[in-house]
Amino acid sequence: MKPLSAALIFGLPIVVLCAFIAMALIDARRHMGPGTPSFIQRNGWPVSIYLIAAVGIWMFVLIVFPQLYMVDYSFHPKLPPAARGGERDVYTLGNYRYFLFGSSTSSDSWNTTHLTAFWTTIVTSALITLLNFAICYPLAYFLAQVAKPGAVRLIMLLLIIPYWVNELLRAFAFGILFGTGGLLNKLLLAAGILSVPIDFIGRDIALYAGLTYAYLLLMMFPLYNAIEALDRNQVEAARDLGAPWWLIHLNVVMPFAKPGIASGCTLVFMLSAGALAAPLVLGGPKTLWFTPIVYDRFYQAFNWNQGSAYAIILMLACVAFVLLVMRLFKVSFTEIAR
Amino acid sequence: MSADVDLDNVSIRFGEFTAVKNATLKIKGGEFFSILGPSGCGKTTLLRAVSGFLDPSEGEIRIGAKSMVGIGPNKRPTALIFQNLALFPLMTVAENIGYGLRVRGVSRADRDRKVAELLKLVALPDQGHKRISELSGGQKQRVAIARALAVEPQVLLLDEPLSALDLRLRQHMRNELRAIQQRVGITFIYITHDQGEALTMSDRVAVMNTGVIEQVGDGRSVYDDPRTRFVASFVGENNGFDGTVVSTDAVHAVIDTSVGRLTGRRSEGLGPGVKATIFIRPEAFRIVNGADKAQIEATVTAQAFEGNATQLFLKGTGDKAITILLSRREDAGDVAVGRTVGITYTAKDAVILPAEAAP
Repeated sequence: MKPLSAALIFGLPIVVLCAFIAMALIDARRHMGPGTPSFIQRNGWPVSIYLIAAVGIWMFVLIVFPQLYMVDYSFHPKLPPAARGGERDVYTLGNYRYFLFGSSTSSDSWNTTHLTAFWTTIVTSALITLLNFAICYPLAYFLAQVAKPGAVRLIMLLLIIPYWVNELLRAFAFGILFGTGGLLNKLLLAAGILSVPIDFIGRDIALYAGLTYAYLLLMMFPLYNAIEALDRNQVEAARDLGAPWWLIHLNVVMPFAKPGIASGCTLVFMLSAGALAAPLVLGGPKTLWFTPIVYDRFYQAFNWNQGSAYAIILMLACVAFVLLVMRLFKVSFTEIAR
Repeated sequence: MSADVDLDNVSIRFGEFTAVKNATLKIKGGEFFSILGPSGCGKTTLLRAVSGFLDPSEGEIRIGAKSMVGIGPNKRPTALIFQNLALFPLMTVAENIGYGLRVRGVSRADRDRKVAELLKLVALPDQGHKRISELSGGQKQRVAIARALAVEPQVLLLDEPLSALDLRLRQHMRNELRAIQQRVGITFIYITHDQGEALTMSDRVAVMNTGVIEQVGDGRSVYDDPRTRFVASFVGENNGFDGTVVSTDAVHAVIDTSVGRLTGRRSEGLGPGVKATIFIRPEAFRIVNGADKAQIEATVTAQAFEGNATQLFLKGTGDKAITILLSRREDAGDVAVGRTVGITYTAKDAVILPAEAAP
């Protein structure tokens, strides 16, 4: 490994750690009086060491180091093990260049396949997020404000139980449901609505339905929690002042539930943009979701460097989306994490 | 513009439970009308029916002679002030007040003008830009009133809006509410469990108990001339002595109680042998010297100095607790705890009500 890489990988975490400690110290000075016991005084040595070590290992070993490795990887060319660290192992933007322009031997000016897949993934994920919101909001409002406690428990249970089945199995089940000879087509044919079965999988309808379903709960719970905290009198006050139902939602309920909406939307977007099982199982022959491409970079092309670059591009797009949503909704990180 | 509110034999049931039973009220336009009762008596339910959030199981509500059957709360000429005010926390003061106009599609300029006008009315000029969380309890109260008045209701409904305030502010807001009502001239229906509020502010009071309106009248008549045992004991302090009627004439009745034979104004349904209760207000009693003039003899168990008056707690025959209130002019200083005193009252200040509810 080059010294620069080593410095990057080991130096950055130390910088981050120092920054954290500094933040904690500044925070302590600002918010606590001189008599307030310190972190170690409050928790005792054994617990303090455990907390610091546990959080530290989780942060650095499981999150920061692997990600930094990926960043470093993405700026290196693919080389046989023997050549790594050698003369040809230089920093390069080649992997990112490949994403935009494709192979240097290709005659196309842009890497249309990958760019289209990337763009499709982002736009579709955004649409799935919207669809999920449209499905969950009325239900969450009903559960949080209207339904009786018994009904809430029952509906929650019905929502949660299907998620005990693992994701891959659910995707296959959707495949069976939406197949050309599947249950849905059979029903529609039997009812006389269709004369020829619809290719739900080829038209990606199965994929969208599967993705929407897969992350329904992640939209549902933040919305439910946010709306549940709303005082019923607020809704009644708006109604008493003459507001029709849709304005009550627009002016009173949604602004109040904003942190929940932002939290649900970012979760669903991130996870559907990064979904692998559903696109692999339910994607039609022409569908190119971005995650299978990333997967192929690693395990079909055996090009970990390029795979890393692709994964980072996806991650950056997701982070950009989250920041955009937060800006649009004018919410802060602490509100989302509430 | 104000409107009459007529409740015509209104009953409201939730399953087996009857929250309001056969309520009939005629509230005149421009009147400050209070509904007074303990918590759980059905007064809030009645108010919600007038505002349109509940439908009566039986009977009809009319506002300005127009039946309100099938008309939702957003279409009624009423505005409700909630117990917790229910101001919108994410909107400014001005946005809160202007909300009713905004949903009616009133232009921004007209809205701003009206909001400024209302802010002046509730004595909060130039506070429109503030957030709700920046306001004190009394200011929030005023914003809630302004928000309700902005839609120019013919009837303003108030659900114990002062209950969250401290005593001094509550007394101040009483006067202010009364003043605002007189300025805007619309009908106010005010719900409270606080008899002081009901008596000081209202033109008329309806006293409600377990879903039934027991008496309607102005504050003085409800206080001085209670028609039922509940009204006698709920509105203001009262001493009730149970007993049996000995004799009656056109005006008075005589009743045998554990503390002796007492005389008071009679009510309907009384005759010799009927079980009844005589109610005598603490302030109706005086201490007398000389046992021959005393109507009741009792021993002082405690005193409470209240500044403008002194409360004496006494124990009569059969351990009957009696409270009397002595004004500053009467000297209570020499009435030591443990002393036996003679007390007296005037028969016109006592009222005798039959044990069973009046027919």
